[in-house]
Amino acid sequence: MASYSTNDFRSGLKVMLDGDPCAVLENEYVKPGKGQAFNRVKLRNLKTGRVWERTFKSGESLEAADVMDIDMEYLYTDGEFWHFMLTDGSFEQHAADQNAVGDTIKWLKEQDIYTVTLYNGEPLSVSPPNFVELEVTETDPGLKGNTAEGGSKPATLTTGAVVKVPLFVNIGDKLKVDTRTGEYVSRA
Amino acid sequence: MAENQWQATASWGALQQRAKTLSEIRSFFSERNVLEVDTPVLMRGATTDLFLDSISADVEVSGKTERLYLQTSPEFALKRLLATHRQSIFQIAKSFRNGEAGVRHNPEFTMLEWYRPGFTLQELMTEVAELVTLLLSVRPVRLDSYRNLFARYVDCDPFLASMDELRALSLEKTGCDMTGESRESCLDLLMSHCVEPHLGRNEFSFVYDFPAGQAALSKVEVVDGVPVAKRFELYIDGAEIANGYDELLDAEEQARRFEMDNAGRVKQGKPELPWDKKLVAALEAGLPECCGVALGIERLLMVRYGYQNISDVIAFPYAVV
Repeated sequence: MASYSTNDFRSGLKVMLDGDPCAVLENEYVKPGKGQAFNRVKLRNLKTGRVWERTFKSGESLEAADVMDIDMEYLYTDGEFWHFMLTDGSFEQHAADQNAVGDTIKWLKEQDIYTVTLYNGEPLSVSPPNFVELEVTETDPGLKGNTAEGGSKPATLTTGAVVKVPLFVNIGDKLKVDTRTGEYVSRA
Repeated sequence: MAENQWQATASWGALQQRAKTLSEIRSFFSERNVLEVDTPVLMRGATTDLFLDSISADVEVSGKTERLYLQTSPEFALKRLLATHRQSIFQIAKSFRNGEAGVRHNPEFTMLEWYRPGFTLQELMTEVAELVTLLLSVRPVRLDSYRNLFARYVDCDPFLASMDELRALSLEKTGCDMTGESRESCLDLLMSHCVEPHLGRNEFSFVYDFPAGQAALSKVEVVDGVPVAKRFELYIDGAEIANGYDELLDAEEQARRFEMDNAGRVKQGKPELPWDKKLVAALEAGLPECCGVALGIERLLMVRYGYQNISDVIAFPYAVV
């Protein structure tokens, strides 16, 4: 497998560190006036999600991690695995376990497209698109005409996610939600 | 590089701030009778420091080609001027360091360097403090020895700690494996990661009495039983801004350090470089007792105006050239 030197470390590059695949987040060049140069690197451990800060001598290399981000359609869950299918027409399927699906579970809607990160061919994590559209299954009755006033109430969506919504939202409404913040954006 | 990325990265405001700062620096020195001078960027002597790489250029005159070196600072030429005229001088010089690029580095940058015959290191630190006070704002001036800072932030004695101890500390504090690396490199790592971030917060922080291995072109003296380099560095907001020396006057010692640097370069698989014979000749003829300091103009602009990236204060940084 290829390896990358600290000079190649860019945000998003996937490398192996202490046996785990990591994504480079930041790479800062540190050089005391006449001293040796170092690279102070922030990496996210893709298995645990934890952020590591590590310093390398400039020019040191790390092995590339066999990690790929691939768009896949979510199909269904059998309770143990969540099944995804490639969108390239190959119908190739991958099963992600609960660990890989993680928090994305609350945004999973059948037939929507998610980014599945494969490590050595196995799903390592699943990321939702920035925005998803989901239907409200439970909320207090909407207050008619109350479209401008402030105030909010909780609403449960088909996936089980609970978001704060304006008072006028009703059961059955389709909502656009920002998955990065978990916040309501608008009615879809 | 993207061909369509042709615009300057510095805003008009940043260019005005740069011009204003340079003009204020010139007034500061003019009032003190320090003369502005100009020296060549291309010279025959290269910098021999193990971790400072000169950029070379092949110059052809009358059919004869010679390899010259872009100066990493105007130091050698300014010292020859000092040995010739024995007066206080300063230069705002374009300086070049191969391989250095980052949020605080650019391979081509601007160095303010000045020399004060007859000044002690203490007097020069005072003058540096006066300049940055004028340019930034009033802050308390703090002086710490390198040794005290290591005791405070790294909990070790940089002069007496064993190599094993320094390598273990490096690994523990930064995750960097320093096996096989020199004492000075371990100290540089610990200094930059554990000490520097604390320095110059709401104050002007001077560090003095460095380990002798980091002497470069400064005098070495024994202080509290250990050899120290008579140097200082100024830190503002965690960034190294200036580097001052009680200048080495001993020609023989200077030649020995150049040779030692070259031996170190060979060991690292780097090419030996022609060192500045004319500088050594100038020292032989006699450099006045003097102190000198180099200050990075871009770093100064960054701390003065709160910029996070050196490309905010350079019109066309390396990435856009």
